[in-house]
Order: sequence, then structure tokens, then C-alpha cells
Amino acid sequence: MSKSYRDGLPISPEKFVDQLMRLKRGSIGRREFLGLTGLGVATAVMARELGIMPTPAYAAENLGDRMSIATWPNYHDPATFESFKAETGVAVEVNVFGSNEEMLAKLQAGASGWSLFVPTNYTISTYKKLGIIEALDMAKLGNFDGTQEDPRFTSEGTIDGTIYAVPKNWGTTGFSVNTKKLTKPMSSWKEFWDTAMAEGDGRTMVHDYQLTTIGNALKYYGYSFNSLKQDELAKAEELLLKVKPHLFAVSSDYQPSMRAGDAWMTMCWTNDGAQLNRDIPEIAYVLGKEGGEIWTDFYAIPKDAPNKPAGYALLNYLMNPKVAVKEHLANGAPSIDARVNALLPKEVLDNPILYPAADLLKPLEFGAAATLTDPGRAELMARFKSA
Amino acid sequence: MPAGTEAAFSMRGTLLRKNLMTALLLAPATLWLVVFLVLPFIAIAIFSVGERAPEGGYQAALTLAQYANLPARATAFWNTMVLAPVGAFACLLVAYPVAYYLALRAPERWRLILLALVVIPFWTSLLMRTYAWMYVLGGRGIPALLAYVGIEDVRLINTPGAVLLGIVYGYLPLMILPIYVSLERLDRRLLEASADLGATPLSTFFGVTLRLSLPGVMTGFSLVMILLLGEYLIPTLLGGGKVFFIGNALVDLFLQSRNWPFGSAIAITLVLVSVVVLIAANRISARLSGARRVDLI
Repeated sequence: MSKSYRDGLPISPEKFVDQLMRLKRGSIGRREFLGLTGLGVATAVMARELGIMPTPAYAAENLGDRMSIATWPNYHDPATFESFKAETGVAVEVNVFGSNEEMLAKLQAGASGWSLFVPTNYTISTYKKLGIIEALDMAKLGNFDGTQEDPRFTSEGTIDGTIYAVPKNWGTTGFSVNTKKLTKPMSSWKEFWDTAMAEGDGRTMVHDYQLTTIGNALKYYGYSFNSLKQDELAKAEELLLKVKPHLFAVSSDYQPSMRAGDAWMTMCWTNDGAQLNRDIPEIAYVLGKEGGEIWTDFYAIPKDAPNKPAGYALLNYLMNPKVAVKEHLANGAPSIDARVNALLPKEVLDNPILYPAADLLKPLEFGAAATLTDPGRAELMARFKSA
Repeated sequence: MPAGTEAAFSMRGTLLRKNLMTALLLAPATLWLVVFLVLPFIAIAIFSVGERAPEGGYQAALTLAQYANLPARATAFWNTMVLAPVGAFACLLVAYPVAYYLALRAPERWRLILLALVVIPFWTSLLMRTYAWMYVLGGRGIPALLAYVGIEDVRLINTPGAVLLGIVYGYLPLMILPIYVSLERLDRRLLEASADLGATPLSTFFGVTLRLSLPGVMTGFSLVMILLLGEYLIPTLLGGGKVFFIGNALVDLFLQSRNWPFGSAIAITLVLVSVVVLIAANRISARLSGARRVDLI
């Protein structure tokens, strides 16, 4: 007889009945039974995933077995969360966002589910005003050392002497260029926008983010990145509408398109610029000489965080310089913490993308709190996108 | 007489019991409808007459200002009104031959397997499948193959064509299935009769097959069209977020500018438009099937 197709399968119907009868006679081993029915695997999976079996205790508090963090694309070393899980038993779910406005919207709607998130400097006062973030309990953050940090980058986390957020890293907003496709050297926002309408036609990306897209259009004319002046915003809008038909995309997740070679030029944050340049050396990072944005991203805990103990535990873990240094190596953004800088290799500290020359940093501006909530800028962005 | 009264009583009892039974059976669905459709709709209606709070969100008010502001999103409405029928029509063009083959031409024993092949991709999230297209159309997919044979710098992603492709791909099963069902029920004897009476295959197709499948076509068309009225994912992922649809306007108003009242007003308008489309489709469908009955007699 020919070989049955069932032969290769784990168990044939005949064999199953056979085993079942043996089971009825009471002669099946426990291990065999669990293996046959799949109950063994199911139990093991459930014990791990659903926390039926106790996970290793971390400090004195019960951290639960999962938490959620809201952060930016390509922003963390995935190994960080793996090692945090290995150490505490808490699995970290990562939610990725494209703008601070989106994060604010989620928190305003309530029950975001996050136990930690990564807001940018200019949003923290609004969060505090709306009463949706915690005043941090510094006793739980033993690894944090404020004396090691440059106050220029950290001041917006502290309001009226209370710390609401501690910094992750700082950076700039420039643009990345694939120098093999766009060979003309560039050094300004004016060149960025002009190139987008010429050699970079159909290959240029701008952020889906009013702060930077409007801000850098304002820089074309040399206005303030944070301008709320009607006439200046009108000029920026005029430029944006002119550029719109030439764009490849309006998106804050630009790394995949740049890596695939679909996009040749994009607005870009330091960390993405460093990652792109590290992996594809012909992708250069440029700071507009007219200025633009300088920023600090912070860690904060929402008031309605479902798992505050785990939020504090992860935050404290991330503040450990030995952990933070790995994050910086993966993420590419410069650190604020002197203890971390001391651990970073020399080639990182010498990388001009991460630590640009002082004269390039000088004209940069921190985002202003008013631009976050200004309805005029929001509508301008919508008009640009819907044009 | 007494016997008759008794019968009437017992009949009324049965009827009561039947009504109670119906009510009980419908209760879960009614509850579902109220909790997940009626209540949110009321909330959105209330939001839509409110004001944007200074920091964003909703602030109670009683104003029609949001509705007066609808022209500010005219482009989004216009784009959607073009995308929905064009997308549904493109879907139809691809779906009809497939449904026709499945229902009338495919060998019996393959039919179920082929049908399953149409449905199975639908079990995967649309997001995942759209991401797959991003890679196929992106620089490392087809353009890389083209570059290999010497055709450089072809850009397929973030074009209107890519959006249309994504839409046809994503909604195809929804179009195929209703058409398949209407074709499957087709009385084959009518085709034979048409042939016997001397009609060419082409005129049989247009005069009999197509006409009898029109209710299925209308169902598929309105199903796809209504879903397309709220579409925002495919234009964002395959179109680069450059063309704004009502779905994108809604995402933007709720997640970026946090103007809940304006977003709600647009959402309500969108629901009303969908209802109009649905009623229109129903009317057309009813008229077509009415015409069919006349034809058949």
C-alpha cells in the first residue's frame, strides 16, 4: 500500500483513539497526555503571557506583568525593553506617535493606557495646566541625578520648582539628503524648499507635524520658527502650498522611504539623521543656517497611568547611565547626562550630526508652548494638507 | 362558539409568547446597536454643536458655527466624493470577471477552494496588507527589479495609481462575494434559452447575465462605496498623505488640531451623506430588480 499522507502528521486518528483508550485504562503518562493534547504548551504560554505564574519580584512593589509606553518612531534600543522584562518580568508595549499633538489628543481623550511617555519640552507646561501628568516622585528615581545635566535642556521639565518630567535626550531638526541623488551641497532651509521644487521634485518629504513643517517654512524667510504673526504665517502658507504638488509625502515616519531610496530628502530629527547616516553614509544631515528647532524630549508619567509602579521602574531603569548609554548608541540622539557622555565612545562625541558646531546651534530655537495649542497654526497645517 | 373563543385565546397567547420570544432574541442586537451606535452618535451630535476648548478638545456650547465652517473642508469632501465612486467602480471592473468565473465557469470541485482564496486574505488586517504593498511598490520592491533590468528611478509608491491599487486590492472580496451570490443563483436554463433563440454570447451576457446580476453589483458597489467614504489608511500609506479625504480630515481634527466639535460636525455630515448614498443605491437596486421581474414574465 502507498504511504498515507497522514503518516508525517504528529498524530493519526487511529493513534489518537489508541492513546485515548490507553488513557481510559489509566496507562498514559502525564507528560504524554499534556504533549498530546497541547495542554502542556498552552499552560506554559499562559503562565508566561498572562502572569498566572509569579514573575520575579522587583524591589518591594508589585509591578504587574505589562505596561505601555508612548514614544517616537525608531527611538529606542529594543534590547532595552527586553532586558527590562528579563529583570522585572514586565513586558513593555511600545506605541509610536508622529507628533506631540497626537499624544496630547490621546491623553485629553482619557485612558490612554500609557504608564510612561515621551513628550517634547514645549508641551509640558500645557500638560501640567490640563492636569494630565504626575508631579514625579523623585524618591522612586534613584538613578536620576539632576546635577549632572545641563539646565539649558532640562528647565521645561520643572514648573514652579516641581519636577514633572525628566529628560531623555536633546536634538535638532534639520534635513537629511541623499547626496548620491542630490549632489548639490546644501546648508539652508531656503535651499531645502527650492530643491524640493526642482531637482528633488517628487522625492521630498516634510513632517506631518505643524511645529516643524510650518516652522521650517517660516525659516525660508528668516522669520521665527515659533511665529504666530498673521502676515508671517501667511507667507509660510504660500510657500507650503507652492511646494505641495512637488512633495513625495507628508509623513513623520520618513526612515523607510529614505532607506528604500524612494525619498531623497526629508525634514529630519537628529536621532533619525544619525541612524540614517550610520547605516547609509551617503545620507547626510544638514542644519539650516537660518536656524530652526532645537529640542529636548522628556519622560513623563500620565495621571491616569494604569501601572504607575512599572512606569516609575522603567523610568528609573532608563535613567541608569549604563542603560542610557546603550539607548544613545542605538537611537543616535545626544545625551544631556554628563554621566552618560562619559561612557560614550569618542567617535560618537565627535560626530557633528550629534554634537554640531556651536555657530550652527546658536540660531536654533526651542518650540514655544503657544504653538502647540494655537488653532491658527493647526488650521494652516490642515489647509496645507488638504490643498 | 366557546370552542372558537378558546382557540382565539390560545392563539393570542401564542402570539404574545412569539412576540416575547422575538424581543428576547433581538435584545442582544438591540443592546449592541444602542451602546455602540446610538449612544456614540448622540455624543458626536452633542459635540458638533459645541466649541473647541482653548487647549483643544470640547467645550459645551450651542452653536451651528461648526456646520457653517464645513466649506473649510470642501476639498476633502470633494476628494472623497470622487474617490468613493471611482474606487468602487475600479473594484467592480476587477471583481466582475472573477465572480463570473467563480460562479459560472470554475469546475465544481475547485469552486470552494477558489472562493476561500478570495476570502482568506480578508482575515488579515488591512493595515498589514497595505504595509505589504508599501514594500512591493517601494524602492526595494518592483522599482529595484526594474533598476536591475536598466530602468532607473521609477517611483510607484505615493502616486494616485498606488492608492487605487490599494483600494481595489483591499475591498475586492466585498465586491466579489455579492456578485458571486447573484450569479450563482442564476437559472442556467435562461442562458440556454437565450442561445436557443439565437442570441450571441455577448448579447446573452449583456441581456441576461449582467442584468440578472445587477442587484449583486449594486450591493457590492454600495458596500464598497460606503466604506470608501470613511477611508483614510490607504491614501495615507500608499498615497503619502498628500491627498486629503474626509477620513484624513477627521483623523487630523481629532488627533492633531484637537478640534472635536468641528470633527464631530464633519462626522455627522459624513453619516448623512452615507445614508443618502445607501438610500439611492437601494432605490436603484429595487428598480433594477423590478425591471427584472417584468422581463422574466
